[in-house]
Amino acid sequence: MVGDDVDEGRPIFVQIAEQIEGQILDCVMREEGQVPSINELSAFHRINPATALKGVNLLVEAGILYKRRGIGMFVAPGARESVMARRREAFRSQYVRPLVIEAGKLAITPQQLTHMIEKESEQ
Amino acid sequence: MTIPVVEAHGLTKRFGAVEAVTDATFAVAEHGICGLLGRNGSGKTTLMHLLTGQEFASAGDAMLFGQSPVENAAVLGRTCFIKETQIYPESFRVKHVLRAASWVYPHWDAALADELVAEFDVPLGRRMKRLSRGQRSAVGVVVGIASRAELTIFDEPYAGLDAVARHVFYDRLLQDYGVHPRTILMSTHLIDEVADLLDHVLVIDDGRLVIDADADELRGSATTLAGRHSAVQAFAEGREVLTWDSLGGLATVTLTGLSDAEKSAAHAEGLDVVPVSLQQLIVGRTRGTAREELAS
Repeated sequence: MVGDDVDEGRPIFVQIAEQIEGQILDCVMREEGQVPSINELSAFHRINPATALKGVNLLVEAGILYKRRGIGMFVAPGARESVMARRREAFRSQYVRPLVIEAGKLAITPQQLTHMIEKESEQ
Repeated sequence: MTIPVVEAHGLTKRFGAVEAVTDATFAVAEHGICGLLGRNGSGKTTLMHLLTGQEFASAGDAMLFGQSPVENAAVLGRTCFIKETQIYPESFRVKHVLRAASWVYPHWDAALADELVAEFDVPLGRRMKRLSRGQRSAVGVVVGIASRAELTIFDEPYAGLDAVARHVFYDRLLQDYGVHPRTILMSTHLIDEVADLLDHVLVIDDGRLVIDADADELRGSATTLAGRHSAVQAFAEGREVLTWDSLGGLATVTLTGLSDAEKSAAHAEGLDVVPVSLQQLIVGRTRGTAREELAS
């Protein structure tokens, strides 16, 4: 698979789905805009088309993409908001918990950690 | 139910006292890219020769499209077998190989073949025996892709091809496969390079089939945990351990079948939780001397 944007080990179809979600979040892909075809995704990432299809299907099931028969795949209206909602839910386990664990190892108190976050947010 | 394109039932091949393939049973479904992975000498080539009727089985059956491949023109006409050791008639030039292929393979795409030959920079008028190893491999790859055979078998098709040419091969194979889906069975020990191309994985070790699995499922099936020895040991207990290393008070272990909840629990215990690539997983399953070779 090309690029450093995709890490080893985790199911590739999940990574493909997350990448498309990321592009929706960043407004690189806009709502009602067309998503690259399965063959385009497969060729670009140098992955099996079945894997690309699985990734796209995750997003179709989640209502983030929708199919227009014979034309292709499109970003659903409201997709950005629902991606954001899902990511917020995962934020705690993905980012906050590891942060707190690492802070604990370094004997950084919750107060100090809060202070650091506040300072970082100001920048 | 559709008939699998490739099937093996208890397939076994002995050469004198050596058993090259032992009791292999598997099926490859229509439309997909299946990798046959394993170290050198693990039995990949013998297995492919059995599947295409170029060797007689000592026991068991090989089937292509539901029929025995041995002396079966109907079945072999739907199959394209590309191997490193392909022998060409003495006087053959590259263009003769392509012309012969156009007669043999009913779905042959001559325009695609020309395009690929140009891309691999193979001189059409040169005699096959005067080509470099890489150029000969490139001709095989061109025939394999342009044949558009219902079943294409590549046996380590890249000998002598440099990294750039190998990636041309992967790209063009994927591209053409996307437009013309078919069944591709490819043996290789360059697991990292082809891992993402595959939708199914067969791993052979010392003649035995040790993994027969969906590539995506396999990829998520193992996890490496690293951290304090006692914590790692607690997680490893009662599980299949693929690798185990320890250094002082630290240990690193590769386990299969950890649920997401268990991974979070390990993380909460302060362990590093690292996913395992297909290559690492296969190295773990075909251990011993295989490690260095597969990792190289």
